[in-house]
Amino acid sequence: MSKNTIPVGPFHPLLEEAEYFTLQVDGETVVDIDLDIGWMHRGHEFISEQKTFTQSIYLVERICGICSTSHPIACVHAIEDVCNVEIPERACYIRTLVGELERIHSHLLWLGLAGHFIGYDTVWMWAWKYREPVLQMFEIISGNRNHYGMMRVGGVAKDVDPAAVPELSKILDMIEKKMIMIAKVANDDPVLKSRLVNVGVLSKQDAINFCAVGPTSRASGVPADVRRDEPNDAYGLVDFKVIVTENGDVYDKLVVRVLEIIESIKIVRQCLDKLANIQGPILNNVKEIPPGEGIGRYEAPRGEVFHYVRTDGTNRPIRHKVRAPSFVNIPTFMASCKGIPIADALITLAAVDPCYCCTERSLKVVDHNRDSLNINLLAASRTRTEEIRREIHGR
Amino acid sequence: MKVEYLFYLLVFPGLLFTGVVGLLVGWVDRKVSARFQYRVGPPLFQNFNDFFKLLGKETMIVKQSVHWLFIAAPLVAFAALVLLSTMIGSALFYQQNIGGGLIVVMYLLMVSSVMIILGGSSTGNVYSSIGAAREIKLLLADELVFIFVCLIPIIKSGYQIDLVQIAGIQESGGAFIRATSGIIGFILGILCIQAKMTLPPFHIPEAETELVEGPLMEYSGPPLAFWKLNHFMMWVVYPFLLVLLYLGGFKSEGLGILWFVLKYLAIVVVMIIIKNTNPRIRIDTALHFFWKILTPLGIIALILSVLGA
Repeated sequence: MSKNTIPVGPFHPLLEEAEYFTLQVDGETVVDIDLDIGWMHRGHEFISEQKTFTQSIYLVERICGICSTSHPIACVHAIEDVCNVEIPERACYIRTLVGELERIHSHLLWLGLAGHFIGYDTVWMWAWKYREPVLQMFEIISGNRNHYGMMRVGGVAKDVDPAAVPELSKILDMIEKKMIMIAKVANDDPVLKSRLVNVGVLSKQDAINFCAVGPTSRASGVPADVRRDEPNDAYGLVDFKVIVTENGDVYDKLVVRVLEIIESIKIVRQCLDKLANIQGPILNNVKEIPPGEGIGRYEAPRGEVFHYVRTDGTNRPIRHKVRAPSFVNIPTFMASCKGIPIADALITLAAVDPCYCCTERSLKVVDHNRDSLNINLLAASRTRTEEIRREIHGR
Repeated sequence: MKVEYLFYLLVFPGLLFTGVVGLLVGWVDRKVSARFQYRVGPPLFQNFNDFFKLLGKETMIVKQSVHWLFIAAPLVAFAALVLLSTMIGSALFYQQNIGGGLIVVMYLLMVSSVMIILGGSSTGNVYSSIGAAREIKLLLADELVFIFVCLIPIIKSGYQIDLVQIAGIQESGGAFIRATSGIIGFILGILCIQAKMTLPPFHIPEAETELVEGPLMEYSGPPLAFWKLNHFMMWVVYPFLLVLLYLGGFKSEGLGILWFVLKYLAIVVVMIIIKNTNPRIRIDTALHFFWKILTPLGIIALILSVLGA
C-alpha cells in the first residue's frame, strides 16, 4: 500500500486547540510522525515583564484555563524564592487544598475527553458530571469556578470559610465514591482494556530520555513528583502516595490519573481537617522584593511546571520564564506513536493530556460585540455564588 | 404492475413511512442516549428540522472529485433502502412478496455500504479514503456472519427464501427465537446490524475524533441530508428484518400491532444500550471479533438449526 500523509491539525476534532501533527501512514499503520507546535504564541513572558508582581500572578493564571492555579503557585514560589518570605501555616494548607482540587477537576476533564476520543461518549458525559461538584467546591472556596485568584506573594488572597467545611467534605465524599466506582469500571471493562492496554507504550528509558513529567512519566515507571521530591506549601505535612505504574501504555496513564484523583481527595480531606483546627493569618505582607533570581516548581496536573523570575529591586520582574509540562510531554509522541495503527496513535496523542495554550501561551480573541446568550454572565455568576454562600450560612 | 405497488413504494411501508418513522426513532435513539449520559436530549422534531435545514444548504463539491459518483452515491443508497423497506414492509404488513426473496434483500443491504465506500473514495480526501478502506474491512468482517443470520431462518423454515413464507411458518409454528439456534442467530443479528449501521462500538469508518466523519467528510447540503436520512431509515429496515426473521413478524388482529411495536422497540433499545456502553474498537479487533468469535458461533447455530434445535 502506498504511503499517505494524515494531517492532524491545525484544527482537528481530536484536540480543541491548534496543533499540527503530520502522521505518515502505511495503510493503517503510522510509520512516522512530525510535530509542529507554536500556532498560538501570545507573548505571556513579555507581558509579565511589563506588569507588577501582583499583576503577573493574575496574568499567569490566564496561561491555561485548566491548570489555572498551578501557574500562579509556581510563580509565587519563584518570587518567594527571591525574597525569602515565610508563609503562614494556614495559607500553606489553603494553597495545597486549591492545588489538589484543581488536580481532581483536571484529571476528570481528561478522563471525559479520553472517553470521547475513543468514541465512548457515555464516559465523557459521566466524568464531566462528576467534575461539576468540584467546580462548585471552587466556587464555595474562592467565588469562582475556573480562575480562582487565590495566590499572593506571601500567602493567599482569601480565607476558607469555616462554615463551608462540612459542605465541602460532603461533596468530597460523593466524589470519592464515584471515583472508586470509575476505578472499578476501568479495572473490569474488557472492551476498554482491549482498546487501551499495550497501546502507545512509552518505555521507561524513553520517558527518561524525553524528560517526560507528571502522569506521563509516572505511568512509565519513573517516580518523579515535585510534591514529594521538593515538598513546599503543605505537601511535607500531609500524607499521600505517589502513584507509579510500570507499563507506560494509555491504560496505565488512565489508571495513574484515576488513582491520583483518589490520593488528591485524601490530601484535600487532610487539609480541610487541619484548616478546622489552625487559626491565624493567611497573608504575610511583602513590602519589597530584593534584586535576585528565583525559581518556582509545582506539580501541575500534567506534570512539573517551572517558573523562573529575575528581579532588579523594582516592583516588576525583568525576566519571567515559564516552562509548562506539555512542552516536554509532547515530544514523547516521537517514541510512543510509531508503528501503531492510526486509531491507537490518536488516543496516544491525547493521553499525555497535552495543553497547547500552556505550552505556547496563546492569545484568545474575544468579540465583545457579540452577546448571543443575551444574559449578563458576570451578574449571573455573582448571584449564584451569593446563593451558595447564603445556603451554607443558613444551615 | 399494479397501482397499489406504487402506494407501497411511496407511502406505506416505503418512502414516507420509513422516512418519518426513521427520523422519529432517530429521536428515540438521541433521547435515550442523552438520558444515559445525564443530558436532556433534543426535542421531538429535531431530526426533521436538521434534515430540512440540510436540504436548504449549499452543496460543496470538491474539484478533484468524481462529481457524478459523489452525488449519485447517497441517492442510490437511498433508493436501495426505499426498495428494501418496501419489500420487508409489504412482506410484514400485507403478506405480499414484492421483488424477490431473502437473497435479494441480502444483496440490497450491501448496496448502502458499497455506496458509502464509493462516495467516500470519490473525493480523494485522505480521511475519506481511509474511512472508505475501513468500511470495506468492516463489510468483509460482518458479511459472512450476516449470511449465517439469514441462513438460519431459511433452514428453520424448511428451505424457504420467500420472506412471506418465513413469516407464515413462524405464525403457525412459533417464532424461531424459541429454538437455541434462533437465540444465537438473533444475537448475531443484532451485532451485525450494529456493524452494518456503523453504530458504536463499530463506528470505525466514521470515527469522528480520528477521521473527522471519514467517508462523509466532504459531504454537505442535500447529499449529506440524504446520508443522514439513509442512516435513520436503517433504524427501521434492519430491526424490521430481524423481527420478520426471528421474532415472528406481524399480526394485524388483536394485540398484534402492540406486540409488533414492542418487539421493534426492544431491538432498538438493545441497540441503543450496546451503543452507549462501548468504546470504539479498532478495525483489526472488529475483524478478529467477527471472524474468530462470531463466525464459529454462527456455524454452530447453523448445525443446530439443521439438526432441528
